[in-house]
Amino acid sequence: MQGSIATTTTISEDTIHAHESTGHAEHPDLRVFGLIVFLISEGMLFFGLFAAYLTFRSVATSWPPEGTPELELLLPGINTIILVSSSFVIHQADSAIKENKVKAAQLWFLATFVMGAIFIAGQIYEYQHLEFGLTTNLFASTFYVLTGFHGLHVIIGLTLIASVLVRSLKAGHYSSTSHFGIEAASIYWHFVDIVWIILFLLLYIL
Amino acid sequence: MTQTLTPTQSSSAGAEPQKTPWWEFFTFSVDHKVIGIQYLVTSFMFYLIGGALASAVRVELATPDSDLVDPAFYNSLFTMHGTVMIFLWIVPAVTGGFGNYLVPLMIGARDMAFPKLNAIAFWLTIPAGLLLMGSFFVGPASTGWTAYPPLSILTDEHVGQAIWILSILLVGTSSILAAVNFIVTIWSMRMKGMDLFSMPLFCWAMMATSVLALLATPVLAGAMVLLGFDLLIGTNFFNPTGGGDPVVYQHLFWFYSHPAVYVMILPVFGIISEVIPPHSRKPIFGYKAIAYSSMMICALGLFVWAHHMFTSGTPDWLRVFFMVATLLVAVPTGIKVFSWVATLWGGKLRLDSPLLFAMGFISTFLIGGLSGVMLGSAPVDIHVHDTYFVVAHFHYVLFGGSVFGIYAGLYHWFPKMTGRMLNEFWGKIHFVLTFIGMHLTFGPMHILGLQGMPRRVAQYDPQFAPINVICTVGALILAFSTVPFVINAVYSWFKGEQAPDNPWNALTLEWTTSSPPIPHNWVGDPVLATGPYDYGEEYKEDRQEAIA
Repeated sequence: MQGSIATTTTISEDTIHAHESTGHAEHPDLRVFGLIVFLISEGMLFFGLFAAYLTFRSVATSWPPEGTPELELLLPGINTIILVSSSFVIHQADSAIKENKVKAAQLWFLATFVMGAIFIAGQIYEYQHLEFGLTTNLFASTFYVLTGFHGLHVIIGLTLIASVLVRSLKAGHYSSTSHFGIEAASIYWHFVDIVWIILFLLLYIL
Repeated sequence: MTQTLTPTQSSSAGAEPQKTPWWEFFTFSVDHKVIGIQYLVTSFMFYLIGGALASAVRVELATPDSDLVDPAFYNSLFTMHGTVMIFLWIVPAVTGGFGNYLVPLMIGARDMAFPKLNAIAFWLTIPAGLLLMGSFFVGPASTGWTAYPPLSILTDEHVGQAIWILSILLVGTSSILAAVNFIVTIWSMRMKGMDLFSMPLFCWAMMATSVLALLATPVLAGAMVLLGFDLLIGTNFFNPTGGGDPVVYQHLFWFYSHPAVYVMILPVFGIISEVIPPHSRKPIFGYKAIAYSSMMICALGLFVWAHHMFTSGTPDWLRVFFMVATLLVAVPTGIKVFSWVATLWGGKLRLDSPLLFAMGFISTFLIGGLSGVMLGSAPVDIHVHDTYFVVAHFHYVLFGGSVFGIYAGLYHWFPKMTGRMLNEFWGKIHFVLTFIGMHLTFGPMHILGLQGMPRRVAQYDPQFAPINVICTVGALILAFSTVPFVINAVYSWFKGEQAPDNPWNALTLEWTTSSPPIPHNWVGDPVLATGPYDYGEEYKEDRQEAIA
């Protein structure tokens, strides 16, 4: 009986302490909200670059400019399938941790990391075998800047996933009651995925 | 609202004020009040630097020949003046300074939503400023604050231009992080019992500002990266000789830089809405109209950027669209000005420095707004494009608007921030000097512009010389006018008269805690006794009878 009272007191003191020292910063809803607001600004960055790309394209007499080698579709196509499905994989991790299945969440995270790494490896391979460079012409420049910016975001996402995975494995962080890291990495990964779909349509298909 | 006219009713009246030791302002503090003051002091120093650059520009222009500095350095002077004033003075002062200090206090929160992020955002502006100042040693950027290509990518000053791009990226990142913080804080951390329509109007203004900064700044970042690639790696995004299109840069640049104008003025609108009611002892006229007009300016502000490009080969149908959108911004702005004047009307005015600066703001900003309507109509704009008329217009808006508003805010909240009162006599001297200097400097520029004097030139036709002398004299008065303020502020901070918790008998929440506020702002939970603008409740019936 006494024990339970003591526990209650500790919890309420902790709550007050968190409230006093950091405002509401530890409140998970605020962090998710903040991340989504931040991703809106990231979206605007890509929106600006897409708009620039579309303007260059609409003003140009021929697009891509004469003499630009055709883009191979096979490798980026496979890459796209891998990246899109990895979004479903990371969603499994998010659902798993909410049911407190820590091991499953770790495995799904590992799987996402591997898929993301394959995507990056594929992109590096593609860069090495393209027959145009950054300064060849306007199409080439926009191609590298857009895919490069996206690749940078994939690498940031991989870093997030890796750090969450390490924290979970080494320090036993994240459970059904505390899973902001996993949720954040998952939301970020979905964002990176959506950007890639638009990018793929713009650069390769249209 | 039964407990009216007890403005100081609070949970921490009489609490021991927070005595922040001086060294705390040089640390990576996460307290929103420390960060707010850090922003204000740092940006004010950049204001003095930018002002020195401007004085040099004006002294050079006192004579038609280029005899003080060589023309190339003159180009750097006005480029750096514009960059410093916009990115390192007004934007950080109004959002980072006043926003950080006031928003949590006004909504009854303990701190911002993400205190560490807040500190990071501030400490990004320091290297940005140091880089920009350091570029004077390696040949500073000299292409105007707009850095239009192809000039900016063909310039000989590669290093200076690259540093310029880097510091813009740093302040841009800072302002995105701050915007995220403000949106989450205002949306989610209001105290119990405070809904959106009972929060102070400054918070509405900060909300609108943050949305603008959040949506527009990343596009500028994209433009800066592409420009950097063109400059350093040799891509041809904006270089027409390599198939690029310089107009795309203008679109990307103005998609940020026009909203940036509202980022610089919306928080000031908020400050004015906070300063006028307590100093005229009347409720604000049209609370909802002012709140909605901020959001309307925010929405319209994102669709007017091409009015900077009426002469850039923009097709006619697009010019008409952007002209109409631009002129529409006059409607919400007019609503605000009308509401402020209606608040002053019949008020019991207390002509202290804060209200003087606020009234100086209204009158001067009105002139800037009217010349803005002229410039917004494409035919007039084409006629006076890149003349001193444009310079006069944006200085009326940015100096007569933003800077007057910042001063009004500084005089109003100085007692809260430092626990000391500013000297009223020197405040009035400061106001008179600033007001005269401002109109003497920028007023005659309207005439210069209509007569056709181009901007951004070191040498000009001798027929413009007499008016330029007047402008230069005004600029020197303006430069001198900061002296009484700086001395007054520094002296009062240490030796000024002790300030009570609520020297103006104001009703917003920040006045319910001690001056300066204690850590975490209140001892217990703050109490919402009245609305933010319920002044003169006892005369309410008299007023209604008078209207009837």
